Amino acid sequence: MADLLPEHPEFLWRNPDPKKSYDAVIVGGGGHGLATAYFLAKNHGMTNIAILEKGWLAGGNMARNTTIIRSNYLWDESAAIYEHALKLWEILPEELEYDFLFSQRGVMNLAHTLGDVRESMRRVGANKLNGVDAEWLDPQQVKELCPILNINDNIRYPVMGATYQPRAGIAKHDHVAWAFARKCDELGVDIIQNCEVTGFVKDGNRVTGVKTNRGTINTEKVGLCAAGHSSVLAEMAGFRLPIQSHPLQALVSELHEPVHPTVVMSNHVHVYVSQAHKGELVMGAGVDSYNGYGQRGSFHVIEHQMAAAVELFPIFARAHVLRTWGGIVDTTLDASPIVGTTPVENMFVNCGWGTGGFKGTPAAGLTFAHTIATGTPHELNKPFALERFETGALIDEHGAAAVAH
Amino acid sequence: MLLISCPNCGSRDETEFHYGGQAHVAYPENPNELNDREWAEFLFYRDNTKGAFAERWLHSTGCRQWFNMLRDTVTYDIQAVYPMGAARPDKSAPAPESGTASTAPDSTTTGTAAPSIAATSTATSTAPASATAPEGATK
Repeated sequence: MADLLPEHPEFLWRNPDPKKSYDAVIVGGGGHGLATAYFLAKNHGMTNIAILEKGWLAGGNMARNTTIIRSNYLWDESAAIYEHALKLWEILPEELEYDFLFSQRGVMNLAHTLGDVRESMRRVGANKLNGVDAEWLDPQQVKELCPILNINDNIRYPVMGATYQPRAGIAKHDHVAWAFARKCDELGVDIIQNCEVTGFVKDGNRVTGVKTNRGTINTEKVGLCAAGHSSVLAEMAGFRLPIQSHPLQALVSELHEPVHPTVVMSNHVHVYVSQAHKGELVMGAGVDSYNGYGQRGSFHVIEHQMAAAVELFPIFARAHVLRTWGGIVDTTLDASPIVGTTPVENMFVNCGWGTGGFKGTPAAGLTFAHTIATGTPHELNKPFALERFETGALIDEHGAAAVAH
Repeated sequence: MLLISCPNCGSRDETEFHYGGQAHVAYPENPNELNDREWAEFLFYRDNTKGAFAERWLHSTGCRQWFNMLRDTVTYDIQAVYPMGAARPDKSAPAPESGTASTAPDSTTTGTAAPSIAATSTATSTAPASATAPEGATK
């Protein structure tokens, strides 16, 4: 049988009205905003802070991702921040006193061409040098770990092997948000829902307040954690971001008995699949090509990922799609996030996590909180500054990082 | 699935097209004079408009010609399709494109291109620098 989910307390956080002023305001009540507020309060003693969420808590990408957590990125900078995130994921259930069902069932990234094989082996080597657990599996080992995968050569792109990260896995994204929210609330953070930011108050080039549909709130510092809407907020504040917002779709099947023991990602035929704790198959693939804020995409993108899934997992052919949805992801041209200062004084930005923000949640929160509290970047997010687009020190994870964009 | 009206081929499924991002981004007039900030703007910074957005599309499995489209990025409604080199139809002030490689062959690429529009795209190459440089150089 599928896992039973834990019971939750009836109330996990208050719903306070906004105060006149705060020491810091976080815009965006998703995973990253919540994690940032948590670490601001816990690590930096900043408890007179608020999270402003225009909708309901964790109702954006935090509720729409496919919950995959891994750290097998190619470049040193990425491996460092994502591996730190993974180490935090491993201790957070205890620290937050909330079991969000982090299941380290491993993630497999399939190789389907000779190019894939070479790139994968290179990444396994790079991962090992960076202390990230990684191994190369031949097709037989792939089959042993995930018996429902088709490793025959009767398909267009047969499986030629895979990289495997045993410590990777999935977690219940809603529970993660609630875990952070409850701790934030306990630490005194105001979580203010239905509070949309409509502008900023500035004194010269320094931000001093946030205009919202619930009045103006004065604040010393502002941290933007708005994912797909980061550009909209930046425009209000008077600066630009190298971000393009795209729809990213995912889907689930109806519930099934456990058949899929790990997480399988394929860049080449392009789908990623896991089976959630309750039993539904969860799938995602690439973004819709056009810019979009509509939280929906085109159906042919779903069709494409289904075709890929059925080719790799013939057993899925008779499963039914129960639900599809879309989120708005904030992509950068080097497929790496932006965490740091902005051209506006006392305003900080955490964005550009694109299609892979969920896994980075704890590290985004930790490093962004450090940046907001001290005004300078944490060692881990220093390379992810906005300035890299000027200096040329890009962290080009497109295709390099087992990223299924 | 968007249903896109190619100016040459008529209404076709989105799967026949390739997305080209923001329209009206001209190659810098004086590339040698750009500083790092300006190159960053040209290479990595594009508008990310929530609302009416002018963008380029290529009918890659049809006539293989580029064209511009005005589309709402929230509702995904297509508001206008217009030729390369033409000004954005919802803006009163024309935004001449200069130096873009894609503007020149317009007269042969679009069935709807009016002669005056074709004239605009070629005229810019001989227009005084002051008329086009400030915007073109930094976009």
